[in-house]
Amino acid sequence: MADLRNNFVGIKSPNPFWLASAPPTDKAYNVERAFKAGWGGVVWKTLGEEGPPVVNVNGPRYGAIWGADRRLLGLNNIELITDRDLYVNLREMKQVKMNWPDRALIASIMVPCEEEAWKAILPLVEETGADGIELNFGCPHGMSERGMGAAVGQVPEYIEMVVRWCKQYTRMPVITKLTPNITDIRKPARAAKAGGTDAVSLINTINSIVSVDLDNFAPNPTVGGKGTHGGYCGPAVKPIALNMVAEIARDPETYGLPISGIGGITTWRDAAEFLALGAGNVQVCTAAMTYGFKIVQEMISGLSDWMDAKGHRNLDDITGRAVPNVTDWQYLNLNYIAKAKIDQDACIKCGRCHIACEDTSHQAITQFVNGVRHFEVMEDECVGCNLCVNVCPVENCITMEELPVGTIDQRTGKPVDPNYANWTTHPNNPMARQAAE
Amino acid sequence: MGTTQSGILGGRLPLGEYESNFSDLHPPLDKHEALVASDRCYFCHDAPCMTACPTSIDIPLFIRQISTGNPIGSAKTIFDQNILGGMCARVCPTETLCEQACVRNTAEERPVEIGRLQRYATDVAMKENKQFYTRAETSGRRVAIVGAGPAGLAAAHRLAVKGHDVVIYDARPKSGGLNEYGIAAYKSVDDFAQKEVDYVLSIGGIEVKNGQALGRDFTLADLSEQYDAVFLGLGLAGVNALRLEGENAEGVDDAVDFIAALRQSKTKADIPVGRRVVVLGGGMTAVDAAVQAKLLGAEEVTICYRRGKEHMNASEFEQDLAASKGVTIRHWLQPKRIAEKDGKVAGIELEYTTLEDGKLTATGETGIIAADQIFKAIGQSFLGAGLGALQLEGGRIVADAEGRTSLANVWAGGDCVLGGEDLTVSAVAMGRDAAESINRAFAAAAPRASAVA
Ligand SMILES: Cc1cc2nc3c(=O)[nH]c(=O)nc-3n(C[C@H](O)[C@H](O)[C@H](O)COP(=O)(O)OP(=O)(O)OC[C@H]3O[C@@H](n4cnc5c(N)ncnc54)[C@H](O)[C@@H]3O)c2cc1C
Ligand SMILES: Cc1cc2nc3c(=O)[nH]c(=O)nc-3n(C[C@H](O)[C@H](O)[C@H](O)COP(=O)(O)O)c2cc1C
Ligand code: SF4
Ligand code: SF4
Ligand code: SF4
Repeated sequence: MADLRNNFVGIKSPNPFWLASAPPTDKAYNVERAFKAGWGGVVWKTLGEEGPPVVNVNGPRYGAIWGADRRLLGLNNIELITDRDLYVNLREMKQVKMNWPDRALIASIMVPCEEEAWKAILPLVEETGADGIELNFGCPHGMSERGMGAAVGQVPEYIEMVVRWCKQYTRMPVITKLTPNITDIRKPARAAKAGGTDAVSLINTINSIVSVDLDNFAPNPTVGGKGTHGGYCGPAVKPIALNMVAEIARDPETYGLPISGIGGITTWRDAAEFLALGAGNVQVCTAAMTYGFKIVQEMISGLSDWMDAKGHRNLDDITGRAVPNVTDWQYLNLNYIAKAKIDQDACIKCGRCHIACEDTSHQAITQFVNGVRHFEVMEDECVGCNLCVNVCPVENCITMEELPVGTIDQRTGKPVDPNYANWTTHPNNPMARQAAE
Repeated sequence: MGTTQSGILGGRLPLGEYESNFSDLHPPLDKHEALVASDRCYFCHDAPCMTACPTSIDIPLFIRQISTGNPIGSAKTIFDQNILGGMCARVCPTETLCEQACVRNTAEERPVEIGRLQRYATDVAMKENKQFYTRAETSGRRVAIVGAGPAGLAAAHRLAVKGHDVVIYDARPKSGGLNEYGIAAYKSVDDFAQKEVDYVLSIGGIEVKNGQALGRDFTLADLSEQYDAVFLGLGLAGVNALRLEGENAEGVDDAVDFIAALRQSKTKADIPVGRRVVVLGGGMTAVDAAVQAKLLGAEEVTICYRRGKEHMNASEFEQDLAASKGVTIRHWLQPKRIAEKDGKVAGIELEYTTLEDGKLTATGETGIIAADQIFKAIGQSFLGAGLGALQLEGGRIVADAEGRTSLANVWAGGDCVLGGEDLTVSAVAMGRDAAESINRAFAAAAPRASAVA
């Protein structure tokens, strides 16, 4: 049996699945249920300053997009940080941590960008026995209009400053949660590191308008005839999150900085992918909000069974394993050649590969052969783009087959070159030409 | 009463049971079900389902329109090719047409539910009485149509759209042809056939004269004289005879008459049926008669077909339906003699058959099945009175792919034409295509606009 125990910047949990700071971790009732279901840890719903709590809208706060059979693909929200009194939260956190000493309990915090505000709240949190804190620099709506959340996360200097205060005023490990609403995610990560953060977590939600109510001409969710941009999450954001995690993992300046991966994680497989790209553990929100806490059971057994099948003993065996294989485009091997191949027994003859290639790619798939409906790749036209693989409704029906070294590429008439050669040295590259001259 | 009383009787069942027995065979999809079902369509390129549809409805497009919340646009896609798309959605043997061709059969042996989705979209549009077509400026041309069945109605609608004036003559009191008098009651509930006729006619420019029979009240020559073109959509008004001893006994009935009476009855309780019923034949009519006899409360219903299962015209689905309702289907049996008692049917003697060198031959071995009612469903035939010199072959009208007959300005389509498939949807296709052909003929004959104004 694979060992799923997680040690993330010294915070221990029985598995790497944490619930992200959000409605699922809003109060003791939910968190107790989550722990009963098997979650390894929670990041408590973001705490704000002492005083009257924030108020949420009283109309709809979520919007969504759906795939086939109304499967939820993306969720968007305009919720703020916790709207409960700070002391109620702190009391409950303390009680829950006492009840569940083996689980991770992290406090997410967002207070104004002033040293005094942070200095005031940190001891209160420390007193609960929480295992660490997460700085919410990500919330992209509402709080950011008040100079908090993403408004801080978008200015690397502020991040560095606040992290430094936190490191100064608490002994708890500090996790800095980053906003994806920025052009280059490496900048805030570097700033957090410079401030002394123990880890970063990402991504928070993405600025989004999820849909427009076409009867009232207002964005959804519509509150009294108006809408505002919200934060986007769920399966649809996973590719964006994966890239950002990988960018930080392979950046020489932040290399080795622990990462808690977040964004669209719905199955064990998603989680394993984040781990492979450098995450030390993962956090989940939308999947739990869609299906309830029980999904963690699938995640735990799926990850464990896969690790057993592949002979990975513990999480360290996986974390970061894919990072060395993430590179820049310019270093991809241009002498690697692959061609699509259709498994005729699996093909159901829907014609989608043909029309996709015919209308939008390289006219490399037949529709008829000898007057019979038949879909076959013409190797002399196929550029190996993979579009047909992606549009075919039958999994593994079309595969990309590597052309072995030495065989003739029917399209170019040239044999496959055994040597690695990339754009930096390619004769068509003006820079390479200059360098050669 | 009850199912065990001998003789041919109505009211065998409690009233409520009739209602549930004759309710929709395939209940309509609600909106959620339609969305789920439409999500399964792959939007195939040059879709095989579309090729398999005799009217070539753009199936991937109409299903995509349902899935994007546009059932009205979807209905238009359907009606553009098939103005009787509502009835076809109910009666087409989809398992041998579009749904058989659906690639999802290959993927997981369960096709997209094309028929039910088509019904969903057309129901939405018809409920709103959404009219998609307006007539072109009137052309001044007049076309006579004989037969208000699927072929005649489809032709009339397309001609009206093109601006021609149409008069339909039909011998029956109601329009719709077999949609009204033939289709099994549980395939077309709630008087749908008449609603559809009204929907089709609301385009305008079509006058229907019911109770007017060709050959009795007028001849083809009369029509050719009075109209610029004639379309014959006469269907098959006759029924094949058994030519057997005892055929005239009381209780030997034509399946089509039984079915027609059923369709015209509101409660169904007034339709008498035997206790032991034998149906002779192997097509859709045989299955419909047998199933409905069972649903009326007959104790025992047996279909006897003179060839094997694989030769039956009734589809696999229809055979299964019959079996599920408790009908017994027996093969390789042909009728030999009808046994009578006091002028009434008492049973039927049948003889086993076999195929010898591809020829059906009787084996000489016989057996008797007790019966108090026997339905003949061994095929309908074309009755052609008043057609003059019109060329017939094999008892049906000879027409080319566009529906042109041997006579100038006379077109034909539907079951009455040689080589058809005897399906509602094929009749619609033939009527529509003949209308296009008539329209082209008119255009070609139109006096050219003079070069000098
Ligand atoms: C019992 C039964 C069940 C069937 N079930 C199905 C089914 O489930 N699915 C399916 O696809 N197909 C089914 N069919 C076949 C389908 O009904 C026909 O193929 C279709 O109706 C043919 O259309 P049509 O317009 O050619 O002829 P019809 O529908 O037969 O219409 C012909 C019209 O012409 C009129 N007419 C005939 N002679 C004259 C005359 N001399 N003067 C004036 N008017 C005349 C008739 O009154 C009738 O209204 C069934 C057929 C039968 C008999
Ligand atoms: C309704 C809602 C409220 C959220 N509130 C917070 C919050 O208070 N603090 C925070 O750091 N992130 C918040 N998030 C962001 C999530 O923690 C998480 O980063 C994001 O949803 C991406 O993960 P997912 O794709 O698994 O949902 C919220 C998300 C949702 C959907
Ligand atoms: S890989 Fe690209 S070019 Fe090759 S057949 Fe597929 S779609 Fe066409
Ligand atoms: S997309 Fe896939 S299933 Fe469809 S025709 Fe192409 S190979 Fe066959
Ligand atoms: S064959 Fe099936 S999946 Fe393909 S377009 Fe037709 S209904 Fe859709």
